[in-house]
Amino acid sequence: MERYFSENVECASREEITKIQSEKLVAQVKHVYDNVPYYRKKMEEKGVTPDDIKGIEDLHKLPFICKDDLKDAYPYGFLGVPKSEVSKIHSTSGTTGKRVIAYYTKEDEDIWYECCARALTAAGATKEDVVQVAYGYGLFTGASGVDGGAHAIGAMTVPMSSGNTDRQITFMRDLGSTILCCTPSYAAYIGETIAEMGIKPEELTLKSGVFGAEPWTEAMRKEIEASLGIKAYDIYGLTELGGPGVSYECYEQKGMHINEDHYIAEIINPETGEVLPDGEKGELVFTSLDKKGFPMLRYRTKDICVLNKTKCSCGRTFVRMAKPMGRSDDMMIIRGVNVFPSQIETVLLQEGYKPNYRIEVDRKNNTDTLDIYVELNSEKFSDTVKGLEIQEKSLAGAIKTMLGINPKVHLVPEKSIARSEGKAVRIVDKRKLID
Amino acid sequence: MSIKQVSIFIENATGQLADVTKFIADNNINLRALCIADSQDFGIVRIICENPENTVETLSDAGFVTKITEVFAVELTDEAGSLSKALRVLADAGVEVEYTYAFLSTKKNATAYMIFRVDDNEKAIKALTDKNINIISQSDIF
Repeated sequence: MERYFSENVECASREEITKIQSEKLVAQVKHVYDNVPYYRKKMEEKGVTPDDIKGIEDLHKLPFICKDDLKDAYPYGFLGVPKSEVSKIHSTSGTTGKRVIAYYTKEDEDIWYECCARALTAAGATKEDVVQVAYGYGLFTGASGVDGGAHAIGAMTVPMSSGNTDRQITFMRDLGSTILCCTPSYAAYIGETIAEMGIKPEELTLKSGVFGAEPWTEAMRKEIEASLGIKAYDIYGLTELGGPGVSYECYEQKGMHINEDHYIAEIINPETGEVLPDGEKGELVFTSLDKKGFPMLRYRTKDICVLNKTKCSCGRTFVRMAKPMGRSDDMMIIRGVNVFPSQIETVLLQEGYKPNYRIEVDRKNNTDTLDIYVELNSEKFSDTVKGLEIQEKSLAGAIKTMLGINPKVHLVPEKSIARSEGKAVRIVDKRKLID
Repeated sequence: MSIKQVSIFIENATGQLADVTKFIADNNINLRALCIADSQDFGIVRIICENPENTVETLSDAGFVTKITEVFAVELTDEAGSLSKALRVLADAGVEVEYTYAFLSTKKNATAYMIFRVDDNEKAIKALTDKNINIISQSDIF
């Protein structure tokens, strides 16, 4: 039987959810207007006052917040409470421009952990479980969120942090970990390492994993599930909204349920900003309804996504979001074509290669070049130069079919592409696209 | 009559061949023959050694991409035209030669041998044997 952490809201009727969202939105807009001068100014510029927002039907009247706004207002511009009310902060790695620092009050933390507890419960976690957290602890939100969620459930939490894979596996076996939480690329790496050590998945006590913080494909999910002998659940979030737990998968694995009592999701046309009808693909925009420390109204995630409002067999009524089809900071425009690394990864897995690859983009004689370095495994090794060159061409052909542009594929020895134990580094863009 | 050759995939970069041969030496694997094929990006090191299965296992455990390929070895008489004769027989039998390389045996007074990788081992071996060309087995080399 399906278990829920907060059954009354997770399975609430649409009317109840709308009522909760409307009441909270009205209060949150007032809070932001009164406490975040940066956003108040944006509202004034748009001619909107808190009195104009009477419920979620008025959400579209509010101005968006973009990553650039967070840059402009760095570091304290979006802080919604006095500093004395802040219990902790988290921060992004700041790989694109300035880092984002998110502030939490004690109440914000509790709501976050509740969201993560719902995600862990959907992945089968109970008080009896041993939850191994192999996200990096520290500024990154991943570890804190699921750690707090596991505590809220009352599960035994093993705060491993990321890296030191041999020790991870030792703890996993000695303590009988049942749920693993980390990035999907690290989960895949642990799976590979276990196979190398000659340990069979059935020798482990793991039953499920909650993986997030980076895009991953269905094909990669299957690899991880097979190599660790688990069911792998996706979890979604971003630092701007407090971290993981904004949405989470249930056993259906068909989209992530958005914690709608705490967040409102919209899909907009990224060009015009107009809200798109149900079921259309566009940019995902979130409004956080409760967070007081770092309140985000209509935050543009740059994730391209689709919402699914149909009923889910798990009993949850929260709307589901698809796996993002890519992030704009992941997306490359090569020879005028939008390229997402996840597309290339899908082809590699389909063609029987491991998802260990490096993409190098360069511009030579004003033409973009796309070089993809792929690790060869013994099963795919054909012993003749001609054979391997045919393999390279055939892989390049399959990628061309997917992307519409011709890459050059280079087969390289196994383990020759640097593995990161956190986020997988897969893209080297050598082009100078901006000054 | 075929012989098990061990093929190893390496990157076409400085030091790669030195690394793989050092690994082979460190594991006390004695080589009888070696041949290298390369492209711009990668190389294939092909070796004939005493214990091919164990060698592949040792190499795989160390993370090398490797596999066993069935090849065969032809004994060449020490006179002009003997290689050409063998190749003529294969061509006439419609056998496609992927690659070939030579080595000398220390066992039989420096006899010359050619290793062949072809598209059809059985057909090639039959054609050569029919023309009284000597095919040797793995045990003849060591």
